[in-house]
Amino acid sequence: MAMQESMERNVWGLLIVLAIALSVGGLVEIVPLFYLKSTMEHNKAPELVWQRQAGQTLADHKPGDGMRPYKALELAGRDVYIREGCYLCHSQMVRPFRDEKERYGHYSLASESMYDHPFQWGSKRTGPDVARVGGKYSDDWHRRHLRAPRSVVPESVMPNYPWLKDNLANTSIGDHMKGLQLVGVPYTDADIAAAAEEVEGKTEEDAVVAYLQVLGTMAKLDEEKVYRE
Amino acid sequence: MDATTEQKYDYGVVRWFTVMAAVYLMVGALVGVYIASELAWPFLNFDLEYITFGRLRPLHTNAVIFAYGGSALMATAFYSVQRTCATRLWSNKLAWFTFIGWNLIIVSAVISFPLGLTQGKEYAELEWPIDVMIAVVWLSFMFNFIMTLANRKTSHIYVSNWFFLGMMVMITYLHVVNSLAVPVGLFKSYSIFSGVQDAMIQWWWGHNAVGFYLTAGFLGIMYYFVPKQANRPVYSYRLSVIHFWALMFGYVWLGAHHLQYTALPDWTGSLGAAVSLAMIIPSWGGAVNGMMTLSGAWDKLRTDYVLRFLIMSLAFYAMSTFEGPVMSIKTVNALSHYTDWTVGHVHSGALGWVAMVGIGAIYHMMTKVFHVQLWSTKLVNAHFWTATIGTVVYIVAMWVSGIMQGLMWRAYDEYGTLAYTFAESVESMHPYYAMRAVGGMIFLLGTVLMVVNILMTVAKASAAGSVQAARTAPATA
Repeated sequence: MAMQESMERNVWGLLIVLAIALSVGGLVEIVPLFYLKSTMEHNKAPELVWQRQAGQTLADHKPGDGMRPYKALELAGRDVYIREGCYLCHSQMVRPFRDEKERYGHYSLASESMYDHPFQWGSKRTGPDVARVGGKYSDDWHRRHLRAPRSVVPESVMPNYPWLKDNLANTSIGDHMKGLQLVGVPYTDADIAAAAEEVEGKTEEDAVVAYLQVLGTMAKLDEEKVYRE
Repeated sequence: MDATTEQKYDYGVVRWFTVMAAVYLMVGALVGVYIASELAWPFLNFDLEYITFGRLRPLHTNAVIFAYGGSALMATAFYSVQRTCATRLWSNKLAWFTFIGWNLIIVSAVISFPLGLTQGKEYAELEWPIDVMIAVVWLSFMFNFIMTLANRKTSHIYVSNWFFLGMMVMITYLHVVNSLAVPVGLFKSYSIFSGVQDAMIQWWWGHNAVGFYLTAGFLGIMYYFVPKQANRPVYSYRLSVIHFWALMFGYVWLGAHHLQYTALPDWTGSLGAAVSLAMIIPSWGGAVNGMMTLSGAWDKLRTDYVLRFLIMSLAFYAMSTFEGPVMSIKTVNALSHYTDWTVGHVHSGALGWVAMVGIGAIYHMMTKVFHVQLWSTKLVNAHFWTATIGTVVYIVAMWVSGIMQGLMWRAYDEYGTLAYTFAESVESMHPYYAMRAVGGMIFLLGTVLMVVNILMTVAKASAAGSVQAARTAPATA
């Protein structure tokens, strides 16, 4: 208690001890995630990440080739997804349970969100998980659903998003890709140079649909393989 | 009345923060009721992009946490640090800078969220220029507080100030690290972290916004205002020391329990869950210490409506800090995660604890800093009952809907296939979403009563010239 007594008499002592006590938990839980090899599954299963050959563009990637950065239009769609707060009602993180496997598919891997700045795992399922929604519905279904969700799912409580079809997709998306390149997403300068042309004339609705349709389709997961202990 | 305190202390900024805290609680609750209604009756989105659930939800959470919570914390910290240190604020001017800065941040949030400007991380949605403002204003608050402590005329630093100080240091860490982002435009940035690391950092922030901002800070409020209102010393000094340090050291670890069964490594989630279970002890330490402060004076609850708020808040605090560790147990979390149960849990803390203890402190301060009695104590009592009933209706609705959702999602029929589609689970939620909206409306009604009472009290003080009288009264002590 002598230590307590001195801290109660000296604000600087209290401040320093607090600053130390408050930093421990965060350091122990966060720092190892950046260097422990076991955190990212692709350290053990390198096929999860697309190995791009020199000269290849993002368009050369085939579904299942492994994780790659989002194409310009997909990224523009992801920006809209974030802007509209979709993550507040839709998770992108399938848990390793039987019912989730049947409803949504294979459980999500850490490597699958390695290029996601910020992560979009979500915390609430007012609507269903969308981590593997890519390819499950047609583009046309998505458009009708975005414009008027209750026209295809009568029970839905999702807002209508009619303005997405009227807004043009962000043509300065190249600047966004530059920012992501800066924080480690492997965009090539050629990807960035081609960005404006890719989104030219496309609507925000096109962009969101492109984003939703790629979710969960980049890497092919092996049912037999144990990715995580 | 307190003729000399007006001359001894800087009350001007406290008056403004106190009134604004009440106003922001009402606004935050109003937005909350609206978005709750949107989930029950989706036509309320009106095909208008600025008012969809996805854009207003951050406005609701930020209004409640930062506008109401921040104003309540700043009002109470600036008030109680002067009283417990028997000295003025280190800088009254800097405190006004904090007030104006904080309110500018709130205005920026009110404008930017409906426009869809967001970083996409829960409770840290504000874009980078506003994040920079938050850092500057927060440090001005912390610096002023620390320097006031350093200037104190008392020998020891009182317990409420330990909690305030712990909150200030931790929120600085959290805000700075979690908001690290690369700007790609004036109002658009990307987190420098990605995927699993970003998730862990976000929930380290997310849970500690709850753990420090809304718990440690509000425990600081509790430690000053409960003994003051009850006119009794804190029940146990020893208990306060133990639970303070356990809370400071332990709460930081809890964030990982938000990510159980996700792609976060198992060791991290389990560590978070284990510490979460242990946190029941320091949490209840605080609740017991607050409640037992009333021992021998329980009869005061019959007549003192402000004290009722403070004690009811501790009951909700004890309940939600029991519920939290239970929900962090992996098997429970498997059911509760992603459901409305989490929303209910948050609101038993936010409405039952954070709002009620803050409301008690606001009513207490109103009489002290305006030097008049409240305009209507009957209205305080009516507010107490609406707040309590509204909160209970809300959390019961969310318990039922949350557990039902969790069970429906994992239910199988006799053929071994999933018994319900997701859409069926959404449909089943409707009555509970309506009930939740009603609970919120009852709570909102209480906050309207509070704002009326407070504005009338200000009008009464101004008509009587009580502040002016206190300022010029000859010193008696």
